[in-house]
Amino acid sequence: MTEINANTPMDELTIGGNIYTAGNAKEFKTGDWRSTKPIFLSEKCRQCGLCFPVCPDDAIPVNKECKREDFDYDACKGCGVCAKVCPFGAIEME
Amino acid sequence: MRERLSGNEAAAIAMKQINPDVVAAFPITPSTEIPQYFSTFVSNGTVDTEFVAVESEHSAMSACIGAQAAGGRAMTATSANGLSLMWEMIYIASSLRLPIVMSLVNRAVSGPLNIHNDHSDAMGVRDSGWIMTFSENNQEAYDNLVMAHRIAEHKDVLLPLMVCQDGFITSHSIENIELIEDEKVKEFVGKYKPEHYLLNDKEPIAIGPLDLQAYLFEHKTQQAIAMRNAKKVILDVAKDFEKMTGRSYGFFEEYKMEDAEVVIVCMNSTAGTAKYTADRMREQSVKAGVLKIRVFRPFPAEEVAKALAKAKAIAVLDKADSLNAAGGALFEDVTSGMFVNKIQVPTVNYVYGIGGRDTTSKEIESIYQDLLEIVKTGEIGNPYRYLGVRGCE
Repeated sequence: MTEINANTPMDELTIGGNIYTAGNAKEFKTGDWRSTKPIFLSEKCRQCGLCFPVCPDDAIPVNKECKREDFDYDACKGCGVCAKVCPFGAIEME
Repeated sequence: MRERLSGNEAAAIAMKQINPDVVAAFPITPSTEIPQYFSTFVSNGTVDTEFVAVESEHSAMSACIGAQAAGGRAMTATSANGLSLMWEMIYIASSLRLPIVMSLVNRAVSGPLNIHNDHSDAMGVRDSGWIMTFSENNQEAYDNLVMAHRIAEHKDVLLPLMVCQDGFITSHSIENIELIEDEKVKEFVGKYKPEHYLLNDKEPIAIGPLDLQAYLFEHKTQQAIAMRNAKKVILDVAKDFEKMTGRSYGFFEEYKMEDAEVVIVCMNSTAGTAKYTADRMREQSVKAGVLKIRVFRPFPAEEVAKALAKAKAIAVLDKADSLNAAGGALFEDVTSGMFVNKIQVPTVNYVYGIGGRDTTSKEIESIYQDLLEIVKTGEIGNPYRYLGVRGCE
């Protein structure tokens, strides 16, 4: 995809803002919409796997050993669903 | 092929000949017959269109948007409050640059409840970025639809298009009509070949993304440029259409305008009454003329202004009241076009025919008489006038 920004001339923009490539949502960082922030307390986490499926923004990365890692704050909007489902108090909202 | 058809039948036959990929529609008077007739073509296998019997007009336009974005040709029909319910999606369709084609059978937007003809539905969406053509009779409703896709789908345009005709007056009146052979229409309309579409597995795309302060202005201006580009395309397509049928169309029709001193500007079926009246006036040696707007969006401001330059007094007829204390939509467009092009002719507005109120040749004659009075005295008086309403001059 061609890079566009606030200085791109009109005739270089696609009509209707159409995007003619796939998989580019990750280029749009929505983390700064967050008002509360989840904190991952790894010592309390038992890797039960309940948190990452409920994340609406895919902001909880899971590694090859199927273990969750710390939050992707570029994507996390701070909705707090993960903190609600955690049975071990391993996610705190601040 | 000579036939006799109502306006709705004519629109349905045009759709049959166009054979779009998808028709999604919801019934509403007076346009109901269009999808009704069309659904029988689907059931009989005359067309291979996917007919989507949606649960509302909002869904009808949404389904058309989905179908057109997917890469298909989508059509629909509606009237009045049906168009009102589509409102949100009307803007989405044009901003996504999807050349959907709609038959709009003009009817008063409630309330109080009225099912008869005026142009308040069309005037409500005049700034929505749709190309809008108006049709005097069944023949023009048919011809405008046959020309529609070639205009809307042109690469310099890519805008949706609505073909307007007057509810009941045109939609339910059976008149003679000259139909074009199926094969000729098919060839004229051609195949729809979108450059980008959702079902292209070789190019995954996203449409309608978030478009904030840095971009929306440019995307809207692109629409405005496309609307300007449409003017040339409309005339080019009309030229090809004339080659095929012998029927000639421009932005507007000039009826006895060569030497006209008193001129009525109007749209849709009223033009028929106005032409008849102009003929009667000419029998009394009044140089009467009619300018019938066919293309309302894009508005041919400069061309209209030039066509009116030699008149001595003009009446612009609006079949919808803008309720703005400053005249109807067509009046505003015509007078603004004249002003910008430095053409100064005494011009008055008549709001008329609201809610299907009959407009007779006698009333049209009274307008010509008013114009003659303006020419004689040089006095315009009240420019914002009403025709045929009780208790308002």
